[in-house]
Amino acid sequence: MSNQNEHHEPSHKPPGRKEMSRRQFLTYTLGGATAYMAAGAVLPMVRFAVDPILHKKGEGEFIKVVEESKITDEPQEFSFELKQQDGWYASTATLTAWIRKDEQGKIYALSPICKHLGCTVGWNNDKSFPDEYHCPCHGARYTKEGKNLAVAPKPLDTYKLKIENGWVYLGGVEPNTEVK
Amino acid sequence: MFKNVYNWIDERLDVTPIWRDVADHEVPEHVNPAHHFSAFVYCFGGLTFFITVIQILSGMFLTMYYVPDIINAYASVEYLQTKVAFGQIVRGMHHWGASLVIVMMFLHTMRVFFTGSYKAPREMNWVVGMLIFFIMLGLGLTGYLLPWDNKAYFATKVTLEIANSVPWLGPIIKEFLQGGTIVGAETLTRFFALHVFFLPAVLLILLVGHFIMIRRQGISGPL
Repeated sequence: MSNQNEHHEPSHKPPGRKEMSRRQFLTYTLGGATAYMAAGAVLPMVRFAVDPILHKKGEGEFIKVVEESKITDEPQEFSFELKQQDGWYASTATLTAWIRKDEQGKIYALSPICKHLGCTVGWNNDKSFPDEYHCPCHGARYTKEGKNLAVAPKPLDTYKLKIENGWVYLGGVEPNTEVK
Repeated sequence: MFKNVYNWIDERLDVTPIWRDVADHEVPEHVNPAHHFSAFVYCFGGLTFFITVIQILSGMFLTMYYVPDIINAYASVEYLQTKVAFGQIVRGMHHWGASLVIVMMFLHTMRVFFTGSYKAPREMNWVVGMLIFFIMLGLGLTGYLLPWDNKAYFATKVTLEIANSVPWLGPIIKEFLQGGTIVGAETLTRFFALHVFFLPAVLLILLVGHFIMIRRQGISGPL
């Protein structure tokens, strides 16, 4: 296509102004038009692919877990069901929380997900370390308050918690702010 | 910027001759719509390829959400179509593009036929083109089942009955495609595998052959 164009180029250009050559102009025009069309086809697909990251994360609603009167100083494990919608798949996940009240009577709920690599910790399940949370995978240990003693880099997460009409409700998981 | 990157690579790998060889070729006057507008009929092959590229791209993206499973297939299609941003567009591209490929390919075939381009020395390319035609029909057929709705289900029943009517081999072909004795779970996974792996692989090989031959032999002369 561009071969014929060279015949029409003037043999000498006027001095001074730097003009864009016809070849350059055509390159930019064709390149621009091509890029525009390619973007028109590809951008919807890219937006389609990244949709999960741009979805609004559902504000974790509170779920009724247990009567307030059942909470003791000793951590107890309670499980509760979370309805979740995963794309087109609706399911109920069973979550567990270790709930106790401290010396001031304040109730808190720890998530059993180990902060080392995500296994599930248990309370008082290692004979050599009594009254601690212990993770069977790599031996991470935590105090009653969830403070990390060994292996794990951070304390156990806590559930958002509210108490209504004598019932404990748990919400989303957040980083532990009670212990350092 | 691009130029510097390109030059840096080119100095080391000498890539210019590679793409020159692919891209730099004479377009004869009789196939250039700028000279004779009626030469636009020579564009249909390229348009078929262009839409095929769109089909491959949009198909790749659709598999990010689609599952070939009788319980979830319809739900996943409905989800990507109604809940995912641009889902309607991406599936629309694949859906309408599928029909458009057939139309463009048909027009391309007509052009080749009526300009006599299939004649010697290009008979082999005609045959390869015909194989591409059947692969495309196969892609259309196998893709049609994937949404797993009523239309897909009964269209597949009908096609399998047609396959069944092949003399001698019919029942075997039918049962092979069906993956059993009913149109069901195994049919769906089978059609999915054919649709996204086997047929596209064969298609790409045939396309490469088609293109190498047209570059070797050049576009057929004017009428």
